This record gives sequence, structure tokens and C-alpha cells, in this order.
Amino acid sequence: MSEEQEQERKWVVSPGPHIKGPKSIDKVMMLVIIALLPATAAGVYYFGAYVLFVLGVSILTALVTEMLIKRLRKRPFHMDGSAILTGLLLALILPPRIPLWTVVIGSAFAIAIAKEAFGGLGHNIFNPALAGRAFLATSFTGLMTRWVMPVDSMTADAVTCATPLSESFAGEINSELYREMLLGNIGGSIGETSALLLIAGGLFLVAIKIVNWRIPFIYIGTVFLLAFAIGEDPVFHILAGGLMLGAFFMATDYVTAPLTNTGKAVFAAGCGVLTVSIRLYGGMPEGVAFSILIMNAFTPLIDGHFIPTPLGYKKPEKEDKKEEKKPEPKKEEEKKEDKKPEPKKEDKKPEPKEEEKNPEEKKEDKKGEDNIEANKPEKEEPEQKESIKEGSK
Amino acid sequence: MAGMFWKRSGGVKVPHRKLSEARAIEQAPIPSQVTIPMGQHLGAPAKPLVKKGDEVKAGQLIAEPGGFISANIHSTISGKVKNIITMMNVVTSRPMEAIIIESDGEDQHVTMDPMPNWREQTNETILARIKDAGIVGMGGATFPTHVKLSPPPGKSIDTIILNGCECEPYITSDHRTMLEHGKAIVDGLQIMMKLLDCDNVHIAIEKNKPDAISKMKELVDKAGMKTVHITEMPTVYPMGAEKTLVKNLLDREVPMGGLPLDVGVVVQNISTVKAIHDAVLEGRALIGRVLTVTGSVNEPRNLMVRFGTSTEELVQHCGGIVGDADEVIFGGPMMGISQYSLEAPVIKGTNCILVKKADDSQERDCFRCASCINACPMGLMPTMYVQLVKKKRYEECADLYHVDNCVECGSCTFSCPAKIPLVQYIKVAKAELRKMRAKK
Repeated sequence: MSEEQEQERKWVVSPGPHIKGPKSIDKVMMLVIIALLPATAAGVYYFGAYVLFVLGVSILTALVTEMLIKRLRKRPFHMDGSAILTGLLLALILPPRIPLWTVVIGSAFAIAIAKEAFGGLGHNIFNPALAGRAFLATSFTGLMTRWVMPVDSMTADAVTCATPLSESFAGEINSELYREMLLGNIGGSIGETSALLLIAGGLFLVAIKIVNWRIPFIYIGTVFLLAFAIGEDPVFHILAGGLMLGAFFMATDYVTAPLTNTGKAVFAAGCGVLTVSIRLYGGMPEGVAFSILIMNAFTPLIDGHFIPTPLGYKKPEKEDKKEEKKPEPKKEEEKKEDKKPEPKKEDKKPEPKEEEKNPEEKKEDKKGEDNIEANKPEKEEPEQKESIKEGSK
Repeated sequence: MAGMFWKRSGGVKVPHRKLSEARAIEQAPIPSQVTIPMGQHLGAPAKPLVKKGDEVKAGQLIAEPGGFISANIHSTISGKVKNIITMMNVVTSRPMEAIIIESDGEDQHVTMDPMPNWREQTNETILARIKDAGIVGMGGATFPTHVKLSPPPGKSIDTIILNGCECEPYITSDHRTMLEHGKAIVDGLQIMMKLLDCDNVHIAIEKNKPDAISKMKELVDKAGMKTVHITEMPTVYPMGAEKTLVKNLLDREVPMGGLPLDVGVVVQNISTVKAIHDAVLEGRALIGRVLTVTGSVNEPRNLMVRFGTSTEELVQHCGGIVGDADEVIFGGPMMGISQYSLEAPVIKGTNCILVKKADDSQERDCFRCASCINACPMGLMPTMYVQLVKKKRYEECADLYHVDNCVECGSCTFSCPAKIPLVQYIKVAKAELRKMRAKK
């Protein structure tokens, strides 16, 4: 009947939903970059115009590398801002007077190896910017630890100094130092000196719900409590180094953090524990970068364990488990094994790896840490997993 | 308290776009021809009782239920049966029978005896009337109402929820029905309360319809129904989804794969309750409904439409299509179903005809932002289905990630910044799982 009319218009048949929300990858990246601008500006203000070159070179290298690799992989290149963000973040965690050729190497490594080699945005395991920094830190240790004091913006000569963290063991902490640390008038990486501006940017992202508050708050909270428990100055520890930058902008990287809220909490608590451990017992003055990288590696495991309970879920699994196994003897075994790991930790204090998980952690996030711990021993895995699942529900 | 911090709210804020909110319900012209599909409800299609050439009147039974979960179908105009054809189901896209009736232009009706004394009638009599009238859930799911209102023995109902949330953008048919047929809804509700022997009632209305809220409050007060609560619901999609509504209103969780019945609740759509009133008190079979024609049409309207009217006719009645719209949807923009042509007839579950420009966003790789997880009202991890379906690991979708719990509300796809059509992946997973289970 209406065949002629139909020919006028071609109807699209698409599955629902037929409308999409306003959020897009590009917008998310753009907003994160905007949130980083104040801290970036502070970096330029404190460390001089040379910083602009570091920033420019880092971002440009990241972009060019991404384009090249996409071409090599014969995949479409999307100008989604993720490469810009990686370049920017990398620059922010480099020392202010780093030679530009080092920046090129770091930025190219971040994109080519840490990001694209794994399949590009969404597939990388490690945070690219942090991986780039870790690569530089291990390859060019000397250059990467040459810190300078803030200078009047245009003077070229900078005074070498130590960062508050590397000094901290000598002590002398007063309110003056807190203020300088909040404002950023201290030695350190380009973007991590002004805690105040980083917090402002981070809270902005939390407010517009791009960043899930659980990661930064639990991360910083863990560091604060742990430092307090050990007898260090907790305020100093949360203001020092790259913690604010790491907690608000690095650990919250969508791609490399766990998916669920509980998973994120565990991840953040783990980052906090590792950060304090590396700062106090490790060979490096600062531990934020490596703690996040280490926890990145745990993300797939955390994701696998913390699957949210669906609405109306009535735990049929427990019964299944009992049926599958001959219930009673094995149950007891499980219980025993649950208890075992804890005393072990306390026994083996001297080993650095174990030390990270000192008893203090229990105050923070019992469940979470136990789980991370549980993933480590390979043999015990099957039984462990189940006890965790039950525990987490 | 911990729960407060960790509970995911679920749902998304969708734009309202209730274009036709202020337009009173108008009578659409009686069509010269209707195409009445046999599959207008959930369950078995109805079986035609008429043949080519038969004379029928509006309200006359022309098809009987094809199974326990099925419903009567009536002629919606008076005239002659022109043909019985096979056409595509507008909801499921499967072939089904449809009766074409040509109007004689007289619009003669047949009605059943009104039951003004329904309070003295037995429940069986009233249920039989609801069944005879061919009433199905008019919120979109089209579950036969007489089945819903006769809970199996052993299940007791302690709460009735009237669903006036209308959480989908654009649609205003329930809203207008509440404003203009509030009295009928209250009467229909009383019938339901008798049938289910349940006094505790919530009329759930989203906050963005304050006029409907005050109207229903006024009517309930006038009727002196002290056990009927008008409950304002937050304007979050999909508040009108049965399970979400039960959770938000009563904090009860409908078990996976279960019905609200399992937690002692019956949820009924506003328009369905009005249809119950029409059938019991006025003896009218379900032959038409209020629907919203909206989107890219010149005059978005709320129309009282006979089933079987073609989309083309209604769109023309609303002034035709504006601009370069290229998609016609039955239902709202979130869960509605695109139609292949403007010939598609209105059926019992069609609460909206939405004309719009098709969404053309390009799918990108997931960057694990977890928007979908936070948006999911059922507490699922939609993004996992994408990964698993791509790898054809369908069993894991069901066993680990409970894909069967998905109600396909579309919140995940709506919220996805990478514009991944998550619901499509979920549908693939469900279809594959169905195949696998059938084999077993």
C-alpha cells in the first residue's frame, strides 16, 4: 500500500537504547587534563620556563608515537586526548631539569611499550605515564634524582637540592614546611610540588564524578593512618612527594584500576600500604609510582574476585560448593588455611616483600589486604579463592 | 552504614523531553482499516475466530487465547474481515498472524454487561471479565492481567504497587491518563484490592509529575482510602522497571529469575488499572489505549488510539515528520523497538510512537571507566559481557556474571562514554545461552 511512501524515507532499525548519554572518552580525557592545569601552571611558575619545554616535548612525543604505532598496527588513530594526558602526566612526574632527550625516550616508551604494545587505550595493564617514569628511573637514575629548588621563573640557574622526602629522615618538620608543601614551594617533580592545587583539581574530578572518590580517599587515608601508626608524621607523609598527584590522577586511571567499588577500595589500600613501605623501608625516597605500578599488576586478580552481588541474588553458590565437595573435612582445611597466612607474615619480618604487609595493615583494610596476600601463594589458590569469596560477601 | 558508602545507586539520569506533557488526550480518528496482530501480549499468540468476509463490530471477540499465558483479542472497529495475513511481530520481529478489518464507517460497538455491583461478585466472575476483556499489562511487557491477578495458591500478596513512574523520556501517556482518568484508576484499584485481598497500596509516581501526584492524592483522599499511599519516586531511569521499583519503594529484592509475586508484591501499570475499570464497570473490552506520538513530529500529542491503527496514520494526524528523522520507535527511546515501516500497527503494549534521528555514535574500545557498572540497576558488570561475548565465552556470562538477571533497560549503553552497545552484546549472550541450553 504505502510502498511509494516508504521509498521517500529509509528507516533505520537499530537496537535500543536509541539515545546515548553526553559522556564520551574525549570529554573525560579533556576534563582530566583541565583538572591538571593548575598544578601544571604551578610547576612552570616554580621551576621556570624550561619546564614548558619538558611539557611540550613529552606531549608531542606521546602524540607522534601513538600516531606512528597506530599506523604500524593498521588501526585507526583517535584524537581522544589519552596520548596528550599520558604525555602531560609523565612530564609532571619528571624532575624539572631533566634533559629533553630523556623526556623523548620516556614518553615514547610510555606510549609504545606500556600502552600500544598491549593493545592501546583500554588494554594496557600498567599506567603508561608511570611505566615511562619507572623506565627512566631505572635507566637514568642519576638524571632522575637531580632535584632543584624552585626558582624565579626566568632565571636559568637552579640550585640543586633534596626533596622533602629524601630529607625527611633528618627530621625538622614544622608548620612552615607544611605551608610550603601545600603551596608547592619545595623541591620535587614538576607537577607534584603543590599539594593544594592537586587536591583542588582532584576534588573537581571527584565532584563531576569522573574520579571515584574511593581511590584517592582510601589511598591517602591509608598512608595517613599507617604513617601515624608507625610513628611518622602523617601530615608530612600525605603532603610529600607525588602522593596527591598519584592518588587523584594516577591510581584513578580507569584502564589500570579495578572496576568495582570494593575492588577499587582494596586497590587503593594496597597502594597506600606499599607507598609507606617503600618510603620507609625501601631503597628509594619515594614510593608512589612503584606502589601504583605494583597494584596495577593486581588489578585483573582483584577484578576477578570482587564481582558485585546482583539484585535479588540468593547465594545458591554456597550450597553448590558444599555439594561439590565432601563437605566437612575440607571445610576445616579451609579454615586452617585461612589462619595460616597471618602468622606467617609476622614471622618473616626481615624479608622485604613480607614486610610490606606488616601487621599494621590490618587496621586499615583487613579483607582487602588478605585477598591480595592470598593471590600470591600459588599452590594454595583454589581453596583460598573460595574462602575469599565467602568472606567478601 | 557501610552499605551506604558502598551501595551503588544504579540507574542513570536521562533527559526528560516530555514534549506532549501539557496536551490533553485527544481521540484519534477512527481508521478506515486496522491490522490486528495475534501476538499483542506475552505468551502464546491468540487464535483467530473469524474468517475472511465475516462482519464484526468493535469490541467483538475475534481471537481466543492460544494458551494459559495468552489473551483475548477483540475487533477495534466495525466492518468486514478483509483478510488474515502473516506479518512480522512489531516487538519480536517473528512472523505471526494478523486480521485485517475494513471499516464500514459506522463504528458500532458491542459491550458486555457492566458490573456496578462488582463488590458482591465473586473473584472468579471479575477475573473472568478481565480475561474476557483481553486486558494485558500496558506498560510494555504485556503480561496477561488475569494471570497476574490470580496468584498461585500459597503466595500471598501484601502490597500492590501502581506504577505511574513513566521513567522513559518522551512518553506522557500514563501521566495524562492519571490526570484525566484518575477516578477510573482509583475505581480500578479498588477492584484489584478486592481481587488480591490486599489493602496496602503504593501509587508510585516520579517527582517530575507533581500535578499527577497531587491529583492522585486528592482522588484517593476523596475516596477515603487510608491504606493507599501516593509515593514520590526519584526521577531516575529505570525507576519504572518492576524490580527496580520494588527495591526502591519497599527495599525488597525480587529473586533472580523471579517475579514481584515472590516477595508478595503485584506491580500494575496505571493504564492497565484503567482498563480493568473499563472492563468491569463499563463492560468495555480493551480495544484502544492512550499513546504518545512524539519526537520529530509537528505536533506531539497524546492520542486515544484503536489497536491496529497504522503508524503512518497517527504520524500524519500529528502533522507529519519534521526534519531528517529516520527512525520510528514503538515505546520510549531507551527500551523501544525500531520499526521497519510505517505500516506497523499499534498494539496493546504500544505506549509511545517516537520519531527521531537515529543515533550514529561509533563504538570504541572499552576503557574500563565502570560507568556501566555504576549505572546497572540490577547490580551487574555489563562491560564483562562485551569481553566475554567477543571471546565467545557465553557460559561465564551466566555462571560468573549472571547475565540472565539483565532486564535490558539500556542504562549501561546510555552511560557508556565509549558508546559501546552493551545491550546488544548482552542479547547475543542470552541468545547463545538459550541455544546452548536448548541443546542440553
